[in-house]
Amino acid sequence: MEKYVCSMCGYIYDPQQGDPESGIAPGTRFEELPDDWKCPGCGAPKEQFKKMRTQ
Amino acid sequence: MNPNEIAKDIYDVGVIDWNIRDFHGYSTYQGTSYNAFLIVDEKIALIDTVKKEFSDQLLENIAKIVDPKKIDYVISNHTEMDHSGSLPRVMHKIGEDKPLYCSKMGLKNLSRHFSQKWNYHSVANSETLNLGKRTLTFLETRMLHWPDSMFTYVKEDKILFSSDAFGQHYAGHEKFDDQIGDSIMPHAKKYFANILLLYSPLILKLLEKVTELGLEIDMICPDHGIIWRKDPGKIINAYAKWSSQKPEQKAVVVYDTMWHSTETMAQEIVQGIVEEGVIARPIHIRSSHRSEIMTEVLDAAAVIVGSPTINNQLFPTVSDFLTYMKGLKPKNKIGAAFGSYGWSGESVKLINQELEAMKFDIIDSGVKIQYVPNQDGKDICLELGRKIGKAIKEIVD
Repeated sequence: MEKYVCSMCGYIYDPQQGDPESGIAPGTRFEELPDDWKCPGCGAPKEQFKKMRTQ
Repeated sequence: MNPNEIAKDIYDVGVIDWNIRDFHGYSTYQGTSYNAFLIVDEKIALIDTVKKEFSDQLLENIAKIVDPKKIDYVISNHTEMDHSGSLPRVMHKIGEDKPLYCSKMGLKNLSRHFSQKWNYHSVANSETLNLGKRTLTFLETRMLHWPDSMFTYVKEDKILFSSDAFGQHYAGHEKFDDQIGDSIMPHAKKYFANILLLYSPLILKLLEKVTELGLEIDMICPDHGIIWRKDPGKIINAYAKWSSQKPEQKAVVVYDTMWHSTETMAQEIVQGIVEEGVIARPIHIRSSHRSEIMTEVLDAAAVIVGSPTINNQLFPTVSDFLTYMKGLKPKNKIGAAFGSYGWSGESVKLINQELEAMKFDIIDSGVKIQYVPNQDGKDICLELGRKIGKAIKEIVD
């Protein structure tokens, strides 16, 4: 599963971790996140995230 | 304000803003300062500028040390205009082709503030710049407190130029911590509570990182207020404490009132809390500034909010305060709501919704009383206060 990074603050969404504080279970792919999900780092909307380039 | 040598060949060339009283919604009764630093090595670097209105003074300060045209590099640790505002004048004076160092987000953000096509050099985390005897290391500190924020570290002098972190909105003749002593701490605390509180998890990570990297720090130079040279550990420890958001045995009862009824309730609640041996104070919103109230919220174990109901809504100043507090994400708080009302009485419900959204531990469904509280009503408020006091004693030693 691919990681996504917030282009505003650098927060990395790792699907394996999910975002439990916002009720997103581990294993949730980025595409499955609700449209109104916000970056836990800075509050930026989902649209500001970009797929992380794999090394 | 004249330039101030803070270490050999390193100068604070910033300015004092004695008269500012409102810093985008933060009350600055004692003004503030915008610090900018000049490092005179084989190459000359300027770290940050000052608010636009003070650009003359900045350039005069620099000119007292070197001809500004001799500046080789400008470093922007942070895009906000109290630090970047004089970039147009400075770059125009020293040469628009001179390199302007900033973080990757700094490059994006500066170009959305200024239209000039400067010679931007965006740096990666831990990238360095050699000035001769000294090497600067750039440390990305995204969201402390903007996406573009970074620190600049000089390892030879063990000085950390920390941008807005560790700052205080204080204008005075003192330049250093040893010249002012403990009386700077309330300013540092207010600054933290109103600007950095929501980034507490990031601050804790940053402090771990600094320990991990083994950075030796003899001096911390923030972009506002006094410089920590005698005891940088003091402000670092304070940040560790404030970021951990461990509450004290203290409650704040924040309210507004139309005919003193909600106020009467507030004072009874405070009385109940105090009777349990816990510190409490009633804070009338319109007699206070939101930034002062927030400073009291920082270490309070309980925030109890009271509002009249006006036209089925919260009294507007209470909404102002709740919005402001919500943005700062205080943690580990007990909450409850109260208010006097005339006929529809929505305020307690509306306050509870906000406190829930902030994940407060709401220990009571709240008290609402129609019009003027009689003795029974006051007794209910006193009981609520006692309940709050007991709950605080349970969670705070």
